[in-house]
Amino acid sequence: MSATATNIHSPPNSGDAHLQHQFKNADQQRESATLGMWLFLGTEVLFFGGLFVSYAIYRVRWPDDFREGSLDLKWYLGGLNTAILLLSSFFMALGVRASQQGDNRRVIRHLLATIALAVAFLGVKGMEYYLEYDEGLVPGESFRLQPPPRSSESALTRGMGSFERWTGKYVPNADEHGQRTRREQLFMCFYFIMTAIHATHMLIGIGLMTWLMMLARRRAFSAAWHNPVEVVGLYWHFVDTVWVFLFPVLYLLRNP
Amino acid sequence: MGMNPALNPIVSPITPAPPGSEGAVARHPNYLNVKHTVRSWLLTTDHKRIGILYLFSITLFFFIGGGAATLIRLNLLTPSGLIVDGADYNKLFTIHGVVMVWFFLIPSIPATMGNFVIPLMIGAKDLAFPKINLLSWYLFVFSGIFAFIMITLGGADTGWTFYTPYSTAFSNNYVTLTVCAVFINGFSSILTGLNFIVTVHKMRCPGMTWFRMPLFLWSLYATSVVMVLATPILAITLLLVGIEHIFGVGIFDPKLGGDPILFQHMFWFYSHPAVYIMVLPGMGVVSELVTCFSRKRIFGYEFIAFSSVAIALVGFLVWAHHMFVAGISVYSASVFSLLSFIVAIPSSVKVFDWTATMYKGSVKLDTPMLCALGFIGLFTLGGLTGVMLATLGMDVHMHDTYFVIAHFHYIMVGGTVMAYFGGLHYWWPKATGRMYSEVWGRVTVCIIFLGFNLTFFPQFILGYLGMPRRYHSYPPEFQVYNVLSTAGASILAVGYLLPFAYLPWSLRWGKPAGNNPWRATGLEWQTASPPPEHNFEVTPVVTEEAYAYHLRKAQNGASIAVTSAGVAPVTVVIGPTPEN
Amino acid sequence: MTSSLDTSFRLFPEQASTMARQVDHLFYYLLGVLIFFTLAIMIAVIYLAVRYRRRDDNEFPAEDVQNFKLGIIWTISPFFFMLVMFFWGASLYGQMMRPPENTIVINVVGKQWMWKIQHPEGVREINELHVPIGQPIKLMLASQDVIHSFFIPAFRIKHDVVPGSFAMEWFIASKPGTYHLFCSQYCGTEHAEMIGHVVAMEPGDYAAWLSGVPKDTPPAAAGAQLFVSWGCNACHGERAPTMAGLYMTKVPLDNGSSVIADDDYLRESIIEPSAKVVAGYPAIMPSYRGQLSEEQLMALVAFIKSQGASAAPSGVRTTPSTRPVNGQSPDYLPNFPPARQPVPAPSP
Repeated sequence: MSATATNIHSPPNSGDAHLQHQFKNADQQRESATLGMWLFLGTEVLFFGGLFVSYAIYRVRWPDDFREGSLDLKWYLGGLNTAILLLSSFFMALGVRASQQGDNRRVIRHLLATIALAVAFLGVKGMEYYLEYDEGLVPGESFRLQPPPRSSESALTRGMGSFERWTGKYVPNADEHGQRTRREQLFMCFYFIMTAIHATHMLIGIGLMTWLMMLARRRAFSAAWHNPVEVVGLYWHFVDTVWVFLFPVLYLLRNP
Repeated sequence: MGMNPALNPIVSPITPAPPGSEGAVARHPNYLNVKHTVRSWLLTTDHKRIGILYLFSITLFFFIGGGAATLIRLNLLTPSGLIVDGADYNKLFTIHGVVMVWFFLIPSIPATMGNFVIPLMIGAKDLAFPKINLLSWYLFVFSGIFAFIMITLGGADTGWTFYTPYSTAFSNNYVTLTVCAVFINGFSSILTGLNFIVTVHKMRCPGMTWFRMPLFLWSLYATSVVMVLATPILAITLLLVGIEHIFGVGIFDPKLGGDPILFQHMFWFYSHPAVYIMVLPGMGVVSELVTCFSRKRIFGYEFIAFSSVAIALVGFLVWAHHMFVAGISVYSASVFSLLSFIVAIPSSVKVFDWTATMYKGSVKLDTPMLCALGFIGLFTLGGLTGVMLATLGMDVHMHDTYFVIAHFHYIMVGGTVMAYFGGLHYWWPKATGRMYSEVWGRVTVCIIFLGFNLTFFPQFILGYLGMPRRYHSYPPEFQVYNVLSTAGASILAVGYLLPFAYLPWSLRWGKPAGNNPWRATGLEWQTASPPPEHNFEVTPVVTEEAYAYHLRKAQNGASIAVTSAGVAPVTVVIGPTPEN
Repeated sequence: MTSSLDTSFRLFPEQASTMARQVDHLFYYLLGVLIFFTLAIMIAVIYLAVRYRRRDDNEFPAEDVQNFKLGIIWTISPFFFMLVMFFWGASLYGQMMRPPENTIVINVVGKQWMWKIQHPEGVREINELHVPIGQPIKLMLASQDVIHSFFIPAFRIKHDVVPGSFAMEWFIASKPGTYHLFCSQYCGTEHAEMIGHVVAMEPGDYAAWLSGVPKDTPPAAAGAQLFVSWGCNACHGERAPTMAGLYMTKVPLDNGSSVIADDDYLRESIIEPSAKVVAGYPAIMPSYRGQLSEEQLMALVAFIKSQGASAAPSGVRTTPSTRPVNGQSPDYLPNFPPARQPVPAPSP
């Protein structure tokens, strides 16, 4: 058997060159890779599932505290991020299509767009974390039961607050005492842990896409062989889907 | 490959190897001698070499865990604790539990023997993802290094169960390190399971239908499903524990409205199925051993195959039987109790079917078969005491006592470790090309069986008398049973040490094994011992069901006598595959 | 006064409560099934291994023995043994989890690494529990740090004590003597030292013991004092719901649902008043989390109980009747006590 056959960097644009020794043919190899990725995504579903189920249990037990927590989040930033991520998935799909046609240059272009959007998402997320830290929403020592006065809020928070009042959709957070509850920290734990784990998945995705771009630069993908783009595409859509669940569950379940 | 056809019986399975070539058994090009450098081992993607790497790694951890067990048993010789105080004792049983569960039992049979024989059994050249296979070994080693650092720094004292709020808010030693070790270890286990599932689905050779697969593969398939579906829950649970331990704030904290019971639900949602990760592969090994050493087709192939799947699935629905006294409602306790009884049924089916397989067979009590029969006896006792624990009113008294300890050691040590040793002896000639000493093998199994029972049977009585687990000291009237148990443990230790003398000895001085020393069916016995680098020179084609020993006589009765230590009768048609 | 701890060699633990006898009957049944199946399998294995031993190395039996019907039979038949176990075990469990009426309530607080016990008369003990025989005793359990578990092997009872909520177990001691008391849930460095004794006494001896030991303020009376000293009485009665006749009644909540005012509800309402707000009252009560110890919480609950039904003089025998006022509690079996009842499940 040839050791070189396992080297995916050898002669460009030939499907057979990428056939690893343990497979009989390219179909078997592609099906295995796809099945493997679906199984991996299955484990991811359970990984996030554990968090979602715990969240659901506590949300049912402490509905008011979780609602208050949700009101403290910035739905507009979450919404913006949802749009960014959906758009990135769109470019990922274009990238997969380009790889199926063996067009390595378009693969690079679409992956670049995907990565740029992913970085934009992380930027917005980082800004959100900073605002939340500033407003004393990080659980633990720095959590403040007393929300900051309106005057010390960031311009963005203040502006969006005025916008909400103007649309008549404004729901005051904090209870009659103007205080947050101690249990709101439980919600914030979920928020930070879930979004941080999601962001970690995005970082891994960015790494994988960088690797794909390096392969594409060497014109590695062809109509006959483009498994890596397909499975990374699956992964990226999954990361996107997780956010599509996280966004409503964390940001939008806010009305009594 | 440049292999000498005369030394590779695959090419002509009926022809016995020439007498002189037997001594040269290890000289034909095979996975062991194809390259010799350390680098060639550390960067190998050969499933057989990775299996051997796992064998070395888990053996190391078996000794670390066993060392902790030795100190535990020594300490319990006297009521006040012989050698260590409470703090150290708690670290000892935590190390014992963590190491034995995640660094020995879970990878034991799947990662060593599973890795080695799955591609051989299905007629493939390797697993579907050889590089991922190597990656999962490296993750295992990496997590092992974490565990090793944790142990050398002084260990953690949470118990392997990490119950909150003790682990998150009260324990102030190396909890984070332990959690990291187990977390990384989980990925190793997930990747192994994923690899096995894809391999069984996509890599079977022509003619190898699902219902012609050896039952070891069914059990490993079921195991892999559990690994892939349950381990992520452990990962997220331990991540949450780690976060809460480090930052002092988290979702299990009662002060914030969090619920320690939720942790128990999540932990056991993994850790009960994990019990089946540990024991299902053992059951698969026993199915192989009982058929081979009875020379009989297995009784009720479909029953055993589906019972593995049933155990894997129903095993997911019984976790709360670990929490009958934790404060769950009477109604949910009843449901979980009933489901726990139901999960016992597929296990009992297997025991009956193994026993029935011997009926009208040709039974030879070689070392692997002794292990298999030991497994059947000990597993029966372990399983039935498990049924006792599933009984609600009974569990209230027995929960967290030595009865539970004895019960799961009968399953894990009496069952899994017995099957592990059985499989190790059974496939040893295939992996090394040499026979071990049969006399020493049999003596060892008998010592292990006796030592095991003496160690753990007294613990059933202790448990019903009420001795709680995780006690470094105990009331004096329990001493008799503890002394018996420690005495048994020392016999058991001898039993576990012996193979480390005679198995390495066989590597140099053992009789050359030939391709099929047991005259077993199964594709792995059709290739050379040790197997060549890519397993089969030509892709095999399977034409009959597994364990078709009853066809041997009709097909090939006379020629068997000629091939004394050589090749078994044809179970496969060797030749070019139809597609090629 | 009482016999000392029996440390003789034994195979089975002492039966010292009414429940112990019932649990042991179940155990004997389970043991019988275990011995039957283990022996059957072992005898079959040994017999078959000898009877069909390989006599010639070239022996390959030509017969393939398969029997689908037999497979089905032994797939299904164990289930019947198990159904008996299930129903028998579940009915015992139901009894264990549901205390009878007219219990003496003893408060137990677990902490690393001791059990703090207080009798309704005010007597305090540490790692020792004196009880009269023949009388249903209910233990109210709480933990002030990690999870503990209160285990009396001779009584065959055990329950985990999870911080953040009350737990309960009950028993009727049936034999005078001194028995072990263990913490059975791993709780840290000195887990093995979190042990003690239960002393079961004839009622006369118990009364004598009770009168001979110094008494602290009874829990219900201490609760009454706390109720005043923390200013609870400033609101409760007018701006907040009254305590009189509250215990075990159905309380309507502001979100439209309702809840039974049991121990755990009362506890939660002190610690997290905003969790369940009574309909018609403003949510003005602050949280007392971290301000009241577990023992003070238990005292307050004991006080509220003593304000419960009918004519209970506050302080003594705090729960003369735990039957819910409106009879709606799911917590009690109608035909109690279970003591000396015939064993419920038939043997096969």
